Amino acid sequence: MADVTLIDALTMAMAWELEHDDDVVMLGEDIGLNGGVFRTTAGLQERFGPQRVMDTPLAEGMIAGVSIGMAAQGLKPVAEIQFMGFIYPIVDQMINHAGRMRNRTRGRLHCPMVIRAPFGGGIHAPEHHSESTEALFAHMPGIRVVIPSSPARAYGLLLAAIRDPDPVVFLEPKRIYRSNKQAVADNGEALPLDVCYILREGSDVTVVTWGAMVFESLKSAEQMSAQGISCEVIDLTTISPIDEQTILESVAKTGRLIIVHEAAKNCGVGAEIAAMVAEEGMYDLRCPIRRVTGYDIVMPFYRREMDYMPSVAKIGDAIRDSMDD
Amino acid sequence: MSDSSADIRYLRFLKPNGELDKDAPTGSHDPNEIADLFRRMLELRVFDSKAINLQRTGKLGTYPSWYGHEAAQVGVAAAMKKEDVLAPSYREGGVMLCRGVSMAEILLYWGGDERGSDFAVPRDDFPYCVPIATQCLHAAGAAMAFQHRGESRCAVAVNGDGGTSEGAFYEAMNIAGVRKLPVVFVVINNQWAISVPVAAQTSSSTLAHKAIAAGIEGVQADGNDIVAVRHCMREALEKARKGGGPTLVELITYRLGDHTTVDDAGRYRQQDEVDTASDLEPFIRTRKYLASKNIWDTQLEEQFLEQCTNNIEAAVNNYLATPKEAVEQMFNHMYAEMPESLLAQRAHAIHFCDTDKD
Repeated sequence: MADVTLIDALTMAMAWELEHDDDVVMLGEDIGLNGGVFRTTAGLQERFGPQRVMDTPLAEGMIAGVSIGMAAQGLKPVAEIQFMGFIYPIVDQMINHAGRMRNRTRGRLHCPMVIRAPFGGGIHAPEHHSESTEALFAHMPGIRVVIPSSPARAYGLLLAAIRDPDPVVFLEPKRIYRSNKQAVADNGEALPLDVCYILREGSDVTVVTWGAMVFESLKSAEQMSAQGISCEVIDLTTISPIDEQTILESVAKTGRLIIVHEAAKNCGVGAEIAAMVAEEGMYDLRCPIRRVTGYDIVMPFYRREMDYMPSVAKIGDAIRDSMDD
Repeated sequence: MSDSSADIRYLRFLKPNGELDKDAPTGSHDPNEIADLFRRMLELRVFDSKAINLQRTGKLGTYPSWYGHEAAQVGVAAAMKKEDVLAPSYREGGVMLCRGVSMAEILLYWGGDERGSDFAVPRDDFPYCVPIATQCLHAAGAAMAFQHRGESRCAVAVNGDGGTSEGAFYEAMNIAGVRKLPVVFVVINNQWAISVPVAAQTSSSTLAHKAIAAGIEGVQADGNDIVAVRHCMREALEKARKGGGPTLVELITYRLGDHTTVDDAGRYRQQDEVDTASDLEPFIRTRKYLASKNIWDTQLEEQFLEQCTNNIEAAVNNYLATPKEAVEQMFNHMYAEMPESLLAQRAHAIHFCDTDKD
């Protein structure tokens, strides 16, 4: 079992599903002949043919719209949006159709489809290539939002997303596309959706995070450990719907909650988690909830992107503040 | 807007004076067949007018009338096969009725009940699409599924003239052209998108011309001519089924009614325009034609209308007698499996639901 990157794991999962389910098709811009701008679909068109791995015209709303049409008629489309900055034309199709097809037809038609898109900063990309706007999709009823943070979870969660009978927006933290390798068994086994993954157990502070910020949070937790502070790090993973139970149980144990995300603070998913814990777990808290997030400004160009994003230092600062309260 | 142009074919066989063109396609010369289609049109008109009355008397929500579109709607449905798939705009209830959706289901939808889109047949058709032109992409996607499985089925998207200004309309034609998809894009050009006339919508000389940039065929037909509508739809569907790719079919008609029951078209258009359009509407010429063949008269029409009215009354009673769905149903179909976090919300809604008022 070779060590693979997060990208490799995604490619493996898509190949497995194309191989084992004839209803699965892939579509997107440059995903076929070119194998995707990040090479995520490399070799898939060659192996499965241009009818199953389709290069589409350049129109994101179209990609989502035809995916809905295919899904409602029994296929399982996996569509790639090249960057999250280009995802906004699909909002109409996702909120008005994908998320409500099952409900409005009382189950007669439904949309088993996946929209994949790389998101997040930290790779010195051009304008519009570094944003984290998962909260937009998390706000849409009927849409699951899933973000993996390791090669093994990328593999198992993408399989689960493709097999899920409802639409999933699957966001890939591109900063960690290639930075961490891990052994992944190519066995077609999916991981459960709608649950958080506890990556590090601890007793003093709960840190809830997702995507590339998982690594910053784990590093921070390691530093804190040297200072005698025990952090529990939870990878939220399914951004919507939220696994409330795991978070509440952790907060009941630690009494302190830090939420870390790259996205802007205002109406970010962190606000939802904070509100949920305030409603359901207020009396378990020993101090105020803290959020370490991007600022409520336009994502800066790359010379300043690291100043925008949460860092090990910023997370550590919030953890220490919590302990001092 | 001109009816014809050098590039675009324009079809009309049943002239406004009721005369059937001698060049009308084979298969359209049997007056009994036209009489069958005419009866469908009559049924649609009576239902439409009943639905408007139900709204006026507080028994139905906002409703978009198809008054004037009957030949276009019946013609589109008549050309489709049962196994084809329709992606309708919100005004296409007439096409849906002809495809087997029941009157009670149409009324349930406009009466604020989701079960109106869970129609018993045809199970694969898309529900009403309220956002403009987005359904064109669903039809293209459905056609991709048929192509993928090697099925001999077609998808039909029906859109209005205003919808041709939307990106989704062009994007759908574009990918359908690239992949030679078995899909027909129908534009029912009724001259008005709420208050905006076609001339303010585009400077394209016809809407069918919009096919040219996508590299697909565009054709126009007189949308008040049931023979022409059915024929050009049949041609387009046959071509699509044989792998010849998509067609854009523009059906030229007129929205004789308001945009919906909450609109007043008198605010923005002149009565003389409506009067002129009324002279060209689909029933006058079809009636004249059938009368000239001695198979239709006032008495037959009155008998048929009475039968229609009885059927419609039965459907209305069925609709009005349908109790509200249980409140939990608004949660039950959000996902195949309900997320934990929705369970508490569902229980909350059930707790506060005043079942006495249901």
